[in-house]
Amino acid sequence: MKLIKQTGLIVFLIGLSIFTASIFTGSFSLTQSELDTFIQEKGYKSEVIKAELTKAIVTEEDLNIFEFSSNVRNAFEISNKHYDALIAKYSAEKNWSKKGAQYQYKIFGKPHSLSFALAKKAGKGFATENTGLLWLLTFGFGIIGALMYIVPDVILLGKPGIKNNGIFLNAATNRGWIGWFAFLFLVSFYILLYFYPDFIVNWVYLVDPISTSISGNPASQWFLYGFLYCTVMTVMAVRMYIKYRHNKYQILRTTSVLFFQIVFAFLIPEILVRFEKPWYDFKNVFPLDYDFFFKWNLEELLSSGSFGLFILVWGIVLTVVVVPVMVYFFGKRWYCSWVCGCGGLAETLGDPYRQLSSKTLLSWRFERIIIHTVLIFVLVMTGFALYTFFYGANQVLGIQTQTIQDIYGFLIGSIFAGVIGTGFYPIFGNRVWCRFGCPLAAYLGFIQRFKSRFRITTNGGQCISCGNCSTYCEQGIDVRAYAQKGENIVRSSCVGCGICSAVCPRGVLKLENGPEDGRINPTEILLGNDIDLMNLVNKK
Amino acid sequence: MEHIVIIGNGISGVTAARHIRKNSDKEITIVSAETDYFFSRTALMYVYMGHLKFEHTQPYESWFWKKNRISLKKGYVSKVNSSLNEIEFSNGEKLGYDKLIIATGSKPNKFGWPGQDLNGVMGMYHKQDLDTLEKYAPDNKTCKRAVIVGGGLIGIELAEMLHSRNIPVTFLVREQSFWDGVLPKGESEMINREIINNHIDLRLGVNLKEIKSDAVGNVKSIVIAENGEEIECSVVGLTAGVSPNVDFLRDSELEIGSGVKVNRFLETNLTDIYAIGDCAEQYEAIGSRRPVEAVWYTGRMMGETVAQTICGNKIEYKPGHWFNSAKFIDIEYQTYGWVWAQTRENEARFYWEHTDGTKCIHLNYDKNTREFIGINNFGIRMRHEFFDRILTEKRTVDYVLEHLADANFDPEFYKLHEQEIVAKFNSENDTNIQLKKKSWKRIFSKSL
Repeated sequence: MKLIKQTGLIVFLIGLSIFTASIFTGSFSLTQSELDTFIQEKGYKSEVIKAELTKAIVTEEDLNIFEFSSNVRNAFEISNKHYDALIAKYSAEKNWSKKGAQYQYKIFGKPHSLSFALAKKAGKGFATENTGLLWLLTFGFGIIGALMYIVPDVILLGKPGIKNNGIFLNAATNRGWIGWFAFLFLVSFYILLYFYPDFIVNWVYLVDPISTSISGNPASQWFLYGFLYCTVMTVMAVRMYIKYRHNKYQILRTTSVLFFQIVFAFLIPEILVRFEKPWYDFKNVFPLDYDFFFKWNLEELLSSGSFGLFILVWGIVLTVVVVPVMVYFFGKRWYCSWVCGCGGLAETLGDPYRQLSSKTLLSWRFERIIIHTVLIFVLVMTGFALYTFFYGANQVLGIQTQTIQDIYGFLIGSIFAGVIGTGFYPIFGNRVWCRFGCPLAAYLGFIQRFKSRFRITTNGGQCISCGNCSTYCEQGIDVRAYAQKGENIVRSSCVGCGICSAVCPRGVLKLENGPEDGRINPTEILLGNDIDLMNLVNKK
Repeated sequence: MEHIVIIGNGISGVTAARHIRKNSDKEITIVSAETDYFFSRTALMYVYMGHLKFEHTQPYESWFWKKNRISLKKGYVSKVNSSLNEIEFSNGEKLGYDKLIIATGSKPNKFGWPGQDLNGVMGMYHKQDLDTLEKYAPDNKTCKRAVIVGGGLIGIELAEMLHSRNIPVTFLVREQSFWDGVLPKGESEMINREIINNHIDLRLGVNLKEIKSDAVGNVKSIVIAENGEEIECSVVGLTAGVSPNVDFLRDSELEIGSGVKVNRFLETNLTDIYAIGDCAEQYEAIGSRRPVEAVWYTGRMMGETVAQTICGNKIEYKPGHWFNSAKFIDIEYQTYGWVWAQTRENEARFYWEHTDGTKCIHLNYDKNTREFIGINNFGIRMRHEFFDRILTEKRTVDYVLEHLADANFDPEFYKLHEQEIVAKFNSENDTNIQLKKKSWKRIFSKSL
């Protein structure tokens, strides 16, 4: 068994290495006619861009992706600079009509995204010619190796029960060197994905066949991300099933997030595109789905017939009706631990790291401020976006709507939710985004705290203050403080993952939905002591 | 302002300190020779097993003590000079008090076995024991086998600890079946199976004769008394029970039995000196409890109680209904009320065990009045509040079975066994108890 594990680890690492190395392979170039077709499809009006791009990438040379990217970005820059110069010239001459006429020649878009679009068409080499084989060598090895590492634990871990042996003694899970490597790898991955997609175009080729078979379109970097996400979640879900097989709640919950991720966040949206409907994840709730009310999205929905209208109504009803009602009955957990994609990855890939969340009071103070700031940010931004949509004004109170959208998208959507949210798993725990940033979490949390039937009941006087609950709470709640007072846990940050209950060695914690009355019950003297003393102190 | 000094920073001493602070502005100093900050002793095993770091066993962050104006003093108290109202430390320092609370806890028993002080022999109680174990048994290369002497709660936890690092364990248990002084036959045998299924070498009905040394004072092997068998090992865990940690008081004016003698108000024979927790011994045992209660929960309750007395509300330590819990490797155990190992004259018993052999419940009730006396539940979590109310209201065993669905405290979606349990009871006793559906109203009716 141990041999299978060790072999699996090696296989996985080989797959990962080939995956990483594949970035550096291949050469990129276009023929003149391919370039002409591209420019025509994109509708670039610039008279300069064709010449520049031809110089850049119509070549017999073997350009690797970095050279290709650099050349392309250079070409776009030259083209845009040319027209910027003209704009400045006419501006100085006060020739407004001529100045205005220049803007149509400018090409907008992030340089690396523009480069990605070209690179996707320009690839030659192992990744494009042997996609299937390379898929097997990367994804295949990764999946098989990981499963070989995980599955023997069914036997090696022994009988069902709490399986946390060695977590703080292992460099992978105790902020040791393996954790740091994983941290660097994840952060790099997200930075490449969001900001340098052209560099990883070889990875996107790997999933082209899969994308085509579902939606009919070649893959974008987001399809790659979605596919990776589902794959990682599935493999790590197997690990969850084995580790928590003594706990039905964990098994059902893991299945639920896996289902919602694969079906709702991955398959359905791609199938919708196949039927020429908008790409939409039905379980993505505003304000987590922060661009739902952006002008481009509203316009797309409204121009997609009755189906688009249905999505618009569904999105609003989801936030305004479904969320409060579900939180009332079940607490925040219905979404954060059973449906949400971020939560799904956190509970599967992030399970080895939940104990790394900070439990200090200081963290909680910081958390409260920052998460509500993000909520205010997203609400203000949405206000701007709706104003822009309804009144056609590009700016509100002197601030460009597009600018505030860009800032949010960059800072919160990409850096906070992506790079920090997942990248920080191995060092700061698996719920950094959920705990410190997610505006939906703040909204759900309000309802859970003030108007819900959900609580974690602590079993009378049975707590022995061991600290397992607090240590394994991914949200950094000091669960023990409540348990050792026999007090119900009602906290806006509790996502109801149920792990505290699963790791408690004395059966002190139970997640339940019960009557609102008496849900919050401060307790100083515990059950088991003199009943008169309890009445005296607890009722005070 | 009165100065309260508390010797011992465990659950008893710290609970007393916290409650005194909640109710007054008295000066409070907690003294400890063991650690700088209060930690939960019950969690030491999880530190060794890698579930927690030592810091995680500390319930309060380090700023807590200053913020609540509770002074912490590290030092070993060698003497209590009651006539001078001061305690003396081993380094000669002295500390005066207006009121003294002795909360020094327990120490592992040593019964004079030859070799019991060799390197590699330890109890499993203090933080220092954990450090010693880490030194002598860091892995199964350094420690090829460990022997545990004494089949009780700490012994089985030590076995689980060593097992987590794949260190082979031989477990010497004096009784014929594990913990059979406390557990009835069915439960005790279940634990025997659990120990053996985890590949621990369980030896029932044997005693330790001696611990042998190698040339440099380290443990080399042990010898079993009954048959002279010698077992090679490098670590010996002495877990044959604990006794009150009061040796340093024997030459004082305090009345000491096995522990510090106290009355119902937790007062010792000397004015202004109290004793709580594991180290205290009631002159007269309370109800069916033992005179010395070496249990986490009772220590906490005594702390809560003595704080009231010290703050002017003089009340007796009046523990409510008995409850306890433990974990035997992967099997959780809870008990509410009394379930003696041997059935008593007035008692009738009911035992149900799941076919997989890792879950059971054992009901104890009066055979004439049918009043519920107690329950042992293994592998199924039960609601403390439910059974506390049952005992207060003196309900019958039939009532308990009827409302068993209200008692379940397992996580959601777990398989429930109440139907099976009630059916078995009915068939054994020719009764016709109908299991009622779980009712939130009934469960929470006392929470207002």
